[in-house]
Amino acid sequence: MNLTKLKKQVHLSGGQILDPLAKTITKKDILIENGKIKAFGNVKTSKSVQKIDCKGLIITHGFCDLHVHFREPGREDKETLESGSMAALAGGFTRVCVMPNTNPPIDSPEVIRYIVDRSEECPIYIHPIGAITKGQKGNELTEMGAMLAEGAVAFSDDGLPVTDSAMMRNALAYGTMFDIPIINHAEDLCLKQDGVMHEGIVSTNLGLPSSPDLTESNMVHRDLSLTLLTGGRLHVPHVSSSKSLDHIRLSKKSNDKVTAEVTPHHLFFTDNDLQGFDTNLKVAPPIRTISDQKALVEAVKDGTLDCIATDHAPHTIEEKESTFDLAPFGMIGLESCFGAVNKVLVKENNLNLLNLVQLLTTKPRDIMGFNNNLLDIGVHAELTVLDPKEEWIFSREDIQSKSKNSPFVGQNMYGRIKFTINKGHISKL
Amino acid sequence: MKHRHLLGLKDYPADDIKSIIDTAFSFKEVLERPIKKVPSLNGKTIVNLFFENSTRTRISFELAQKRLSADTVNFSASTSSLKKGETFKDTAQNLEAMKIDAVVMRHPTPGAPLHLTKHIDSIVINAGDGTHEHPTQAILDMTSLYEKFGYLKGLKIAIIGDISHSRVALSNIYGLKTMGAEVTLCGPSTLIPPFIEDLGVKVNYNIDEVIDWADALNVLRIQRERMHGGFLPSIREYRNLFGITTERLSQHKKELVIMHPGPINRGVEIDSAVADSDQAIILNQVLNGVASRMAILYLLLGGKLGEGND
Repeated sequence: MNLTKLKKQVHLSGGQILDPLAKTITKKDILIENGKIKAFGNVKTSKSVQKIDCKGLIITHGFCDLHVHFREPGREDKETLESGSMAALAGGFTRVCVMPNTNPPIDSPEVIRYIVDRSEECPIYIHPIGAITKGQKGNELTEMGAMLAEGAVAFSDDGLPVTDSAMMRNALAYGTMFDIPIINHAEDLCLKQDGVMHEGIVSTNLGLPSSPDLTESNMVHRDLSLTLLTGGRLHVPHVSSSKSLDHIRLSKKSNDKVTAEVTPHHLFFTDNDLQGFDTNLKVAPPIRTISDQKALVEAVKDGTLDCIATDHAPHTIEEKESTFDLAPFGMIGLESCFGAVNKVLVKENNLNLLNLVQLLTTKPRDIMGFNNNLLDIGVHAELTVLDPKEEWIFSREDIQSKSKNSPFVGQNMYGRIKFTINKGHISKL
Repeated sequence: MKHRHLLGLKDYPADDIKSIIDTAFSFKEVLERPIKKVPSLNGKTIVNLFFENSTRTRISFELAQKRLSADTVNFSASTSSLKKGETFKDTAQNLEAMKIDAVVMRHPTPGAPLHLTKHIDSIVINAGDGTHEHPTQAILDMTSLYEKFGYLKGLKIAIIGDISHSRVALSNIYGLKTMGAEVTLCGPSTLIPPFIEDLGVKVNYNIDEVIDWADALNVLRIQRERMHGGFLPSIREYRNLFGITTERLSQHKKELVIMHPGPINRGVEIDSAVADSDQAIILNQVLNGVASRMAILYLLLGGKLGEGND
């Protein structure tokens, strides 16, 4: 992939514009001048224009991922804001929210400011999510007000749950003053114990310590109830189990302050894929059964799940080459996202491409309160150009992240990102 | 042999299990001779790589290797050195660099032997990987049953105790089901893995019904640390519900074969008198362990049958 500065004038010609906000697909050209959208339709160009052939391609909003781990500060050997940005662009993402489980954690206004300042130098927009509790220790709330003033967009102790119910209640209640989402990594650690995969026939076959789906759904249920009690806003990350979906579906009928995301890996894999003990598939919450996977697809279709988020979690080769018990939880996911979810949802389960794009653009932006008016004259070009039908195999060479821990390597993909235009730059496959 | 390595008995062909058992009987004859050594694996080098303490399995393997005239090296790595992620790969590659033919590995993590095959070209034999499999134990158990009964198909085997944490149980289930035996598991419900019945076995919490049903009992060791985490309230309660006691067996007027993979907790899962009784074949299992491991090494390392055997 290469990233270059946009010429003064750029002409995206011959493509179809998929507008996830207006819900339309129309064949139109776009002229970009000085990094901003100048005109649609029959564009007049000078000779020095940079013409980009988009024949057969879809032009749409830049993707937005509200759940990534860029490991900065502290574990720059795994990922930096720059390397994470390149991974994002390769996957068509122009905007991401980074989780605070760094070292030190993003739990103070100063660290929020550090991330915001550092992200200025990056080719994508990076928004920090602040920790719910100081040091992610679960004992004291962080200074949410001051952190929001510095640029935090939501709060989460992701990587760890807020185990203490009173603390979670207070976090949701405190958050009501600012109308921001509280994101709780739902795993009951008492029930999880030393579980490294989903409890089922496959874990019994493999002899691996496992934890049941209730590990997630019990805490999701608690959080949903606390949301009603407090009037707070809850965003449920990386939903993996059918039981959690039942709780969320029911709760949404009477509570519009609940949103939920699903990852590409929970949609793509099942616990059967762990038969080879591939540590790249060790993730929290774990990959579950085929019936959970089917329930996730249905929940995407009926709107129980609001958006797709990758939970991009880089780890070094050395850590992942370890044995299954010692390898850390998590996998990268930005680069492989579209080819994976487009395959599962559009090709195999007949979801509309337009609906899929909404799950990657307008829906996550709505949850975070980001601007959705991206296809308008005068706005900064924040666009993704993709081929919705290209069949290809994901390989290590497609990875831009500093870490290579992807179980998607070798998997057949459907649909591919061709160009991403953002912050006055264009990245090409 | 269909598989180059012996990692587990899941999907292991019945024909190959039968070949191993038959070969084990040939080697058992060798073990009864005054001179117990054959040159079958002369010039082969085998490393016993033990990341977990195991006196019995290691000695059994070592003896099997020496009886076959292989060169053996023992490597015991402490568990603490395992915490460093690279150690496992480095250890494996170091061994490979020394031009060896096979690795016998004991490791606390499920899947570690499969992991090892990705780093080295040598033949890998699983000597127990955590709570996953212990295929050579299951083969020696089947060899012992075959020796006692003359058949495996239709045989009724009960496995008693902590099934969840037992690699012996899982390998026995795979092997016995492949060979057409019937298997019933009996133990505290907290120590029976979820969905285990999907493997074609029955679960029965009533030990007396199980004793009435079974041709043989394979009694597993109960570890005292299971009291932590709420799996078991006490040894006394375990003995009342599942203990293979003299008193309990005396109420069942039937012939029953008693097996135990060792080491035995006398007075816990089994009474001393039962373990030492005529119906117990526990020490025979130990001897069959050496013979079975000889057979496995011999078949996987490509020794020639009959060579120096006559």
